[in-house]
Amino acid sequence: MGRIPLVLLACGSFNPITNQHMRLFELARDHMHHTGRFQVVGGIVSPVSDSYGKRGLAPAQHRVAMARLALHGSGWVTVDDWESRQPDWTETVVTLRHHLQKLLGQQPSAADLQMPHSSLEGSSEPPQLKLLCGADFLDTFRVPGLWRAEHVEELVGRFGLVCVSRGDLQADRAVHESDTLFRHRHNIFLVREWVRNETSATEIRRALRRGLSVKYLLPDAVIDYVREHQLYTWQSEQRNKDAVLRPLGQQGAPSEPLNDS
Amino acid sequence: MDCAKKTKLVLLSCGSFNPVTNMHLRMFELARDHLEDTGHYEVVKGIISPVGDGYKKKGLIEACHRVEMAKLAVESSSWIEVDSWEGRQADWQETNKVLRHHWEELLSREQGTDVVGTVKAGRKRKRIDAVSISNKRKHGKMEVAHKGLMHKTDGPHLMLLCGADVLESFGVPGLWKNEDIEEIVGSYGLVCITRSSFDVDAFIQGSDLLWPHRHNIHVVREWVANDVSATHVRRALRRGHSVRYLLPDPVLSYIQERRLYTAESEQTNAGVVLAPLQKHAGNHG
Repeated sequence: MGRIPLVLLACGSFNPITNQHMRLFELARDHMHHTGRFQVVGGIVSPVSDSYGKRGLAPAQHRVAMARLALHGSGWVTVDDWESRQPDWTETVVTLRHHLQKLLGQQPSAADLQMPHSSLEGSSEPPQLKLLCGADFLDTFRVPGLWRAEHVEELVGRFGLVCVSRGDLQADRAVHESDTLFRHRHNIFLVREWVRNETSATEIRRALRRGLSVKYLLPDAVIDYVREHQLYTWQSEQRNKDAVLRPLGQQGAPSEPLNDS
Repeated sequence: MDCAKKTKLVLLSCGSFNPVTNMHLRMFELARDHLEDTGHYEVVKGIISPVGDGYKKKGLIEACHRVEMAKLAVESSSWIEVDSWEGRQADWQETNKVLRHHWEELLSREQGTDVVGTVKAGRKRKRIDAVSISNKRKHGKMEVAHKGLMHKTDGPHLMLLCGADVLESFGVPGLWKNEDIEEIVGSYGLVCITRSSFDVDAFIQGSDLLWPHRHNIHVVREWVANDVSATHVRRALRRGHSVRYLLPDPVLSYIQERRLYTAESEQTNAGVVLAPLQKHAGNHG
């Protein structure tokens, strides 16, 4: 009777990736491991494609490269660029399906999942894939027309959420106020980050535009990359300024990726 | 074009650094950005000075480790360094003594680099000024001494970098001597990073001790909360939770290799009175 092998997938802009993003994985892994039921065997950072159309979004190749630099020494979290390479923006559920299929379909190998071959083999349980997100993400389900009901159902029913939030009750309330979420509450894992750490990618881009230091908020290697490619300037923040966010531009609009501003 | 000469600044941060975290390091970065943004300053150095074991704070592990971790933390910094003098003292040193020590070091370094004879005499005079602060204080000439300290030297000025909690602690009975606070804000100056919940301006406004030196207290507003404290890090470590990305990786490795923070280490100095409170017992006001 083994633990269920678990992989955590985080979708989002990662514009740029920050220490805070990487903290989400650490917190989620600790929490899921302490439930006694799971063995977290991998983490995946999946940067959104450029067609998402978010304001100030740097080109995907850079966002992927920065994430790789940041996670270089991680040991368990990797970057996957499949979503970023798709011709159009991909619904979160579609990304999840893709990664679960990959997880189940392949022979487990250390290279793919960054963990010892035995971890997957030892367990009699099939591996699971859950979406890693913040509390704001749960609130997006309430936005009219943003989510297809069947996608929400699949997201929380078939996959499950690991939601990291502050010590307030925002996430609890969101689960309480939605019948769908409530029904699947046992597949929604709420992780508390008790200390406030609001240094977001938005703040970091703001600081970079103003020539202020962002050292210790994200890895040095990522800062060097940003400087080398002059990625975040007043000008770059104007990108997609008047564009409509891709999910909203579509009727019966599918899911919005991790709200990570 | 305004070519006014900028005052060179050295920022000194005293504290437990038990352990050093990204938040401590961010304070330096925020302070430097803020001060240089005024156009009047050039921040040339940052110094981390971990407190000695004599401080007797609960959960305080050995100074040698705290100094070593701080050194690992600033390896990648071009301007922040660690000084182990305070950490090596057997007895706890009051903050103003640490400031004095570093000020004297700065001055003597200024003298050392100077080769012109006439100017040397002038600098010698400045050194005497610094050392005679305590004498002038006794004779109630503090005001004059402060001005002397600030204006006579061309060398870098030394300021204390701290969080708003330190400023707030000035109000804790028995923790600080008034004349020490006076020396810190008068002779040196404070760069105070606010944690959003504390109204620093109101605090200064309400303090007769601080108000006269308000121009020497630079308040750096931290717009985005970052409350990741060493206490939180130690708690997480005790519980086997990850603290990765809250502090530099080399520091984390150091802690893990030596199993530094445990339930046992948190009991160090349990029941012992904090050194400043012990020292000032009987000094009220």
